[in-house]
Amino acid sequence: MNEIVKVSGLQVAARNPQGEDVAIVHGADFALEKGEVLALIGESGSGKTTIALSLLGYARKGCRIVGGSVRIGDVDVLKLDQDGLARLRGRTVSYIAQSAAAAFNPSKTIMDQVIESALIHKTMPRRQAEAKAVQLFRELALPDPEGIGSRYPHQVSGGQLQRLMAAMALITDPALVVLDEPTTALDVTTQIEVLRAFKKVVRERGTTAVYVSHDLAVVAQMADRIVVLQNGQIQENGRTEQILSAPAHPYTRSLLAAMDPASRAAATGSSRQDRHDIILDVRDLEVRFGNGKAGGGKVVLQDINLQIRRGATVGVIGESGSGKTTLARAIAGLVAPSAGHVLLDGKALAPTLEGRTRDQFRRVQYVFQNADTALNPQHSIEAILSRPLKFYHGMTREQRRKRVAELLDLVRLPQSVAQRRPGELSGGQKQRINLARALAAEPDLILCDEVTSALDTVVGAAILELMAELRRELNVSYMFISHDLGTVRSICDEIVVLYAGRKVEVRQREARQEPPFHPYSHLLDTSIPMLRRGWLEEVTGRTAATLPALAAGLSPQTGLCPFIDRCSLRVNGLCNTTPPPLRQLAGGGSILCHRSEEELVRAQGALKLVTGEAA
Amino acid sequence: MNGTIARLVLKRLGVGVLTLLIVSLVIFTITALLPGDAAQALLGQEATPETVAALRATFGLDQPAHLRYLQWLGGLVTGDPGNSLVNGLPVADLIGSRLPNTLKLAAIAALAAVPLALTIGIVSAMFRGSLFDRLMNMAAVSAVSVPEFLIATLAVLLFAVHLQWLPALSHVSEINSFGDMLRAYAMPVLTLCCGLVAQMARMTRAAVIDQLSAPYVEMAMLKGARPVRVVLTHALPNAVGPIANAVALSLSYLLGGVIIVESIFHYPGIATLMLDAVSGRDIPLVQACAMLFCVGYMVLVLVADVSAIVSNPRLRK
Repeated sequence: MNEIVKVSGLQVAARNPQGEDVAIVHGADFALEKGEVLALIGESGSGKTTIALSLLGYARKGCRIVGGSVRIGDVDVLKLDQDGLARLRGRTVSYIAQSAAAAFNPSKTIMDQVIESALIHKTMPRRQAEAKAVQLFRELALPDPEGIGSRYPHQVSGGQLQRLMAAMALITDPALVVLDEPTTALDVTTQIEVLRAFKKVVRERGTTAVYVSHDLAVVAQMADRIVVLQNGQIQENGRTEQILSAPAHPYTRSLLAAMDPASRAAATGSSRQDRHDIILDVRDLEVRFGNGKAGGGKVVLQDINLQIRRGATVGVIGESGSGKTTLARAIAGLVAPSAGHVLLDGKALAPTLEGRTRDQFRRVQYVFQNADTALNPQHSIEAILSRPLKFYHGMTREQRRKRVAELLDLVRLPQSVAQRRPGELSGGQKQRINLARALAAEPDLILCDEVTSALDTVVGAAILELMAELRRELNVSYMFISHDLGTVRSICDEIVVLYAGRKVEVRQREARQEPPFHPYSHLLDTSIPMLRRGWLEEVTGRTAATLPALAAGLSPQTGLCPFIDRCSLRVNGLCNTTPPPLRQLAGGGSILCHRSEEELVRAQGALKLVTGEAA
Repeated sequence: MNGTIARLVLKRLGVGVLTLLIVSLVIFTITALLPGDAAQALLGQEATPETVAALRATFGLDQPAHLRYLQWLGGLVTGDPGNSLVNGLPVADLIGSRLPNTLKLAAIAALAAVPLALTIGIVSAMFRGSLFDRLMNMAAVSAVSVPEFLIATLAVLLFAVHLQWLPALSHVSEINSFGDMLRAYAMPVLTLCCGLVAQMARMTRAAVIDQLSAPYVEMAMLKGARPVRVVLTHALPNAVGPIANAVALSLSYLLGGVIIVESIFHYPGIATLMLDAVSGRDIPLVQACAMLFCVGYMVLVLVADVSAIVSNPRLRK
């Protein structure tokens, strides 16, 4: 046995608002061998980050390590004094935080921060540390490894920052690296690059690591062992293969089930499409930020055409910055479009809120991503739900009370919730209230902006199920915005793919898993991690070096394909000279691409064979 | 420094000039509304209307208001705010002889207050919730809430009357040694510093605490950085903007305190000059002094704004 980390009987307590200590980690035991990657997996509140931080002898504000031992090599971390801890942190154990954007100091250069631990612990002089950092940047496949260190954190992308943080953690060659949800804040297409870079350095350097995540599929790519946590207790601890193929604990099985989009799709059932009337019609919508009127400013959305039928769900998918939230805000009247129209039931809506009637407000409701900030923490749930009832329907106090009870029933919450405040509810319950508030208006269309992104997989799956049921009961339409293709696929009748403000693909539910895809949708699709070991190694053709070459020096033209810089199917002399046509597909839907349906099927079908069987 | 910063600073300067113009209009209107004028004040109750009118004509007080405003404004811009109505001396000379004294008082107060306040603020932020922090907090709240004239009076009572260590008045003309200077400035500076230090220390503490809760501070600790290093090299660079802003704003508050302190200790500065001018209806002097105070205030606020802009890393480089 070559055990390098041994945690036994670890207990952490948190102080609740009443000033009592509440145990949040109840006696965790696990061990790691040298060169092994161990994953801590669980939902939020399961104690995974708390355990990971205790490996550095650190507890967040309000928490306290109360018992047990954490041995790293010959050192008992929990017995160290402040001085000893400072010597351990960054030298023996290093940490990679969830949000690199927040964990980098905005006013210091990247290089200064990357080599800081080497300088603090005096492992090497500055010049040598800088050379090593550049070497690490190269290993992590960062662009411009020589120059990137002199930039400031806001000058590089999120995916790059996350890799830079890995360099920061590895600069002192620590015995153990703790990675705390390092890819959760990233888009899937970026995540895959970061994961590949992490895996490469971990393998090449033989790093021992603890990988904290809520995503089993990601963990399947990275970890040798998995520890499953729930409510601060270890439920299962086993080899990755065993956990994935033969989970012993019921909780592990429920986690695996929530991962599988097929099981959720079955729960939603088919939509009612007997009435084909179109409730929302978006025509040639264009939104510019900045100096919009004079034709200047930054184009955020362009040529958006979109129809939503009564009782249908349209999914809008794209990475951060693709304009999906702006689309919802333009429909809701929160942003004025610079061109185009939004028609509700055939009648044009005013571009901004000022020009719309109260009834038009009522018919289009918006559910925000973050229920924490969307619900006023000072109001009771009853007050929150009563407000739209009074505003839109002019109900009396008695009517409102009755209706609030019905609404709570509708979103499957107990009546006792009515008198509580948002702070006393769980994340999933708050999101249900958020939804109930939209339903209180009795809308025709609900714009759902990433409503499940902030929730755990299991809780999010329950919300999606609820939304599907409500659609059947109330015949309401949804526009469902998400960056998660799996989620959108499981509940939507039609999927709209946005890329850089353009609609690159529309796809019907029936045709959803089969090629042809727009090359971007295909990239998205194949970037979603699968619950299968070795998936990460099989996915290929992502680096800029493997893309078909384009002739340089062509004058940039407006209206060219927005995806051209990343497309693996681009054609020199066509894609870089002519705007792509909107191709109607035989199976319904359309794709903005020069490639014909046959070409796309041929190119994408081949890859499908490799990755398909595990779905 | 780049174009963005230069543009923002220029914009601020433009706004500053515009504000001064409006202020000059307000000052002129208000002083014109004051009952009585210098002609009447000079000649006294017994004067005949004819002599008053004749004196008005020599002072130019009989001209229409907008003409007088333009003349005055033109004079201000070219550096000649007119002559005193009381003793006929150029206002510029009168101010010139007093301004260095006021600037000296303000500079000494600032030099004493800023380092002290920063140290108190940073240390109490580092040991938040400790006995030191709580004591400082209490002291700061008391210092801010006690008005200057009370502090000054108490100081005189204690140091001049009871202990007899210091003179009750500040005799700047009799300074021959460093000891004399200390004795002359001790009480005015002490009075000015009380509120100033308290205010700056509290704002510094808030700015540093705000940065200490940022995720990058946790990250720095997990890299093995000790608390002193975390505060000085990680939190402080990010707190410089808010702190510089707070310092400049607090210093502008000096301008108000200086009026009270100068008159209590009979310190020969701008503020006492202005008080005398008000009681003598010496309108040109009052106007010039008021403008001077406004310019001082505007400059400090401008410094506060610019330091906030410049310290934003997104605008740097």
